[in-house]
Amino acid sequence: MGMTITEKILADHCGKKEVHPCELIMANVDLVLANDVTAPIAIKEFEKTGAKKVFDKEKIALVPDHFTPNKDINSAEQAKLVREFAKKYGIVHYFEIGEMGIEHALLPEKGLVVPGDLVIGADSHTCTYGALGAFATGVGSTDVAACFLTGQAWFKVPESIKFIIYGKRKPFVYGKDIILYIIGKIGVDGALYKAMEFEGEGISELSMDSRFSIANMAIEAGGKSGIIAPDEKTIEYVKQRAKKSWKVYTSDKDAKYSEIYEIDLSKVEPQVAYPHLPENTKPVSEATNIKIDQAVIGSCTNGRMEDMRIAAKILKGRKVAPYVRLIIIPATQEIYKNCVKEGLIDVFIDAGAVVSTPTCGPCLGGHMGILAKGEKAIATTNRNFVGRMGHPESEVYLSNPAIAAASAVLGRIGSPQELGIKE
Amino acid sequence: MFLKGKAWKYGDDINTDLIIPARYLNTSEPSELAKHCMEDEDPEFPKKVSKGDFIVAGKNFGCGSSREHAPISIKAAGVSAVIAKSFARIFYRNAFNMGLLILECNETDDISTGDELEVDTEKGIIKNITKNKTYQITPIPPFMEELLGSGGLMEYVKKKKGS
Repeated sequence: MGMTITEKILADHCGKKEVHPCELIMANVDLVLANDVTAPIAIKEFEKTGAKKVFDKEKIALVPDHFTPNKDINSAEQAKLVREFAKKYGIVHYFEIGEMGIEHALLPEKGLVVPGDLVIGADSHTCTYGALGAFATGVGSTDVAACFLTGQAWFKVPESIKFIIYGKRKPFVYGKDIILYIIGKIGVDGALYKAMEFEGEGISELSMDSRFSIANMAIEAGGKSGIIAPDEKTIEYVKQRAKKSWKVYTSDKDAKYSEIYEIDLSKVEPQVAYPHLPENTKPVSEATNIKIDQAVIGSCTNGRMEDMRIAAKILKGRKVAPYVRLIIIPATQEIYKNCVKEGLIDVFIDAGAVVSTPTCGPCLGGHMGILAKGEKAIATTNRNFVGRMGHPESEVYLSNPAIAAASAVLGRIGSPQELGIKE
Repeated sequence: MFLKGKAWKYGDDINTDLIIPARYLNTSEPSELAKHCMEDEDPEFPKKVSKGDFIVAGKNFGCGSSREHAPISIKAAGVSAVIAKSFARIFYRNAFNMGLLILECNETDDISTGDELEVDTEKGIIKNITKNKTYQITPIPPFMEELLGSGGLMEYVKKKKGS
């Protein structure tokens, strides 16, 4: 019987010819990741074992991106703990502020994740790297601590669901809209414990940045991972960056799936997910008369170069609506620099936006844009749970960067077409 | 394992931001996290809960972030087990890895806040003393039992490493 791309990667990493769904395996990990919120617990657990060294100082990535530049004394202490650990154990891929970016934008950009890798990270959006044809999944700090010691992690081989995306996309429809549409269809536990595999012309025509947005939000459907088999675009992306060799895996024709969904992209409009679950999606045309207080463009979902360019296209020569705050956060220093080079920062500032250094910040209600009671925000982030961006009685609507930028100008949720902009 | 306590009942899709909001993630101290356990779902929870009580919920409990602060805060608040129709996978993993008992039970709709429950993991049943009913729980996979029996993942790994 054939195997899926996910089964093949997992089999190769536990030294087996084949693996089957529900089988428990102990697999070798190519990269293990933690951030300033999750690493401190992992470090404390690791040090409790009395270990003298980590399994491989080149296979650990530590990215202090959540509450940095540090928002208060406690978060500074957490970041310090991570920094001291990195120094003590000689962790090669520790990223100090100045090199740091949002982890899931940063690691692919630095070539630290390549096709065929098996990656675990103490952050639920670790599934982002599936866009490169890697198996990547979020775990807790204790899993990371054990992996620091052994270089291994246990997995239950997931069943796979296939999503075939066909047809031509409408204007201002990006990876974000495809994944929001899917979550709206299957629900926040629609892919519970499963690997979500995306394929079809609707995927191959997408940029890598848009593909990262799709894999990133697999977790919002409960998925263990999201994966897209590598193609020419993937290899083009990896070639310029990779710090190691890669291996391309693809699913066999007779691989087994628990479900197969076919989605006609020509029928998908830009999506807006209403509070308080990412599954509460509606086409933007139905989102009328929702006034906003804040718009956030950034995060591990939509803080990449494509997102910045889309936002700039909408904002060029326009002004953010009165009493609306627009916060733009390029996800990495490289993206920030490219925004400067391309003149996008000028566009953002002239429109009345603020531009921040890379941070997860407002996405999880950490800092840099917390909402007051009763306020509403549109955000290109990934979660709109109760209290996610601040007060438990505030509201977050999720969208792509074109909709978020247009909404910032309109002062209410709306589309670029309402401003007379064509893609 | 035999456990006895009161039920605190919540709905579907109780996410990790409700269990422990990110504004408290600037510490990983269990006693601090316990003070804010379930705060955005039920601000009074940390005051109301007694040692040994159960959190009972619908489907997809613990969805969202991978923050281990969520199971840490629940454990530190004194909760002996979480009983839900299903669990989000990272939460499921985290709970076993750190030795918090979680139980899958399809009949949680029948349980209300305040019900006195008795859990017998060996027999795989929950007795609702208040309502005089018995529910089945999904058996824990052997690998998970081994993890729990070792006292969580780190102890398990230490044992395997022989250190």
